[in-house]
Amino acid sequence: MLSQYAFILIMAAIALVLPLAAIIMGHLLGPRRPDAVKNAVYESGVETIGDTWVQFRAQYYLIGLVFVVFDVEAIFLFPIAIAYKGLDMFAVFATIFFVLLLVIGLLYDWRKGALEWQ
Amino acid sequence: MQGPTWSDGLAGLLTGLGLPDMLALGIAYGIGAFILVNFGMVSALLLIWITRKAISRMQDRLGPNRLGPYGLFQTVADAAKLISKEIITPSQSDFLAYNAAPILSVFGVLILLAVVPFAPGLIGVDLNIGVLFVVALGSIGIMAALMAGWGSNNKYALLAGFRVVAQLLSYEIPMVLSILTVVLLTGTMSFQGITEFQSLTIGGFNLGIGWLGIVMPAAMLIFFISSLAEAELTPFDLLEAESELIAGFHIEYSGMKFAMFFLAQFVNAWVLSALMAILFLGGWQGPGVGLPGIGPILGIGYFFIKAYAIYVLQQWVRGTFPRVRIDQMMYFAWKVLVPATVGLIVVQAIVQKLPFQSPVIYALIFLANIGTIWIVVTALQKYIKSEGLRTKRSFEPASLIGTMQKADTYAMY
Repeated sequence: MLSQYAFILIMAAIALVLPLAAIIMGHLLGPRRPDAVKNAVYESGVETIGDTWVQFRAQYYLIGLVFVVFDVEAIFLFPIAIAYKGLDMFAVFATIFFVLLLVIGLLYDWRKGALEWQ
Repeated sequence: MQGPTWSDGLAGLLTGLGLPDMLALGIAYGIGAFILVNFGMVSALLLIWITRKAISRMQDRLGPNRLGPYGLFQTVADAAKLISKEIITPSQSDFLAYNAAPILSVFGVLILLAVVPFAPGLIGVDLNIGVLFVVALGSIGIMAALMAGWGSNNKYALLAGFRVVAQLLSYEIPMVLSILTVVLLTGTMSFQGITEFQSLTIGGFNLGIGWLGIVMPAAMLIFFISSLAEAELTPFDLLEAESELIAGFHIEYSGMKFAMFFLAQFVNAWVLSALMAILFLGGWQGPGVGLPGIGPILGIGYFFIKAYAIYVLQQWVRGTFPRVRIDQMMYFAWKVLVPATVGLIVVQAIVQKLPFQSPVIYALIFLANIGTIWIVVTALQKYIKSEGLRTKRSFEPASLIGTMQKADTYAMY
């Protein structure tokens, strides 16, 4: 069982090393003549103004929050889905109730306008 | 667990040469993983060729046709060109985030190949949590995109990075939930288990056409649409928008680093179509895969035909559909697809607990799927209607510029 994860580990190492090797090869084979203009940031030909790392809009944060709720829901639902054939009626109703709670949350977000993209 | 796999066979062969067990298994795993990763990277060349050929045929062009038969070596030449290009690092870029992003982007896609079953017994490793593995590691690509945008010290790249995160997170929910409907029916998260579930044995002969896509077309459709969004293909490619924006989050990358993002994008599209083939179209299942000897070879054939067919279908959609607006994209994910999939899961959960024979249950699930498709199509028709009227009103005089319509046709609105 654990040897399966050994395969994942080996594959992860190879999948990290091969792109790294390709990039290093690009560094070795390509020319290397940097200058100030070439290394400048490309913002459609206009000189960049101010700091790049600006505040981002709260909209992204809202989407992130809704996503986290649904992703955690999915994490809980996968084990239930696997054991579903053996569940009794109480567990089934509990599951459906759990999903419906999240639907109420989604409806709340919807009414509050969290899902509107301005 | 099922019969012998390739790793057992290879390890057995190495043990026969006199190696200790652990070392033999390790070497076997190493060879297998190396072949898989290389398959992923080399298949990107073929995928780019297929894309260019398919798109150019749709646009009434020939596409690449000079280098090799049917222009097959064009992408090889492109790769050779990219490897000899200068790698420009923008000033004041964040060293770690900027350099790690292309590697992580490729890594997040290639690692998914570990759980893709190519044939009976031919799977990197048949994890019993395979579906969860794909869902979890699929998010590495999102992180890599944000790292690239953040590390580039470029405002456009950073904005595109935020947008990538917003889009991919939004479409991951319907995708995960549509996979959940499959897991709910099959009761397993292992990809081999899901594939084996889709056999259809009549009189001892495996026809292999008990595909879940026939029983649950709505889930398949939702998975396909979300996979288009996850692969950043045209109806949802506003992150890249080749004709409008400059490039998206990888604008500051050049040479081999740019090639890595490119490779990750194409292989990601293929892995998603392979996942769709496994989950809904039976993977390696097909007539005659149960036969001894010839079965696995047929299985590989069926799997690749299905995966590449879905890949071409993705490119077909890419070549024909117009691009959606960002608020439409968010609307579609959160207000159409997510409620539709959640409703589908609830209905399916109830149906599966009804005291009927399994054919009746399958028929009820099929009806629920058809109902879902009907509801979604009706909602979309309503939305398009309201959207169309609003657009005509708000742009009335300006919208006539450059169109072939007479001015007075708009008078009735």
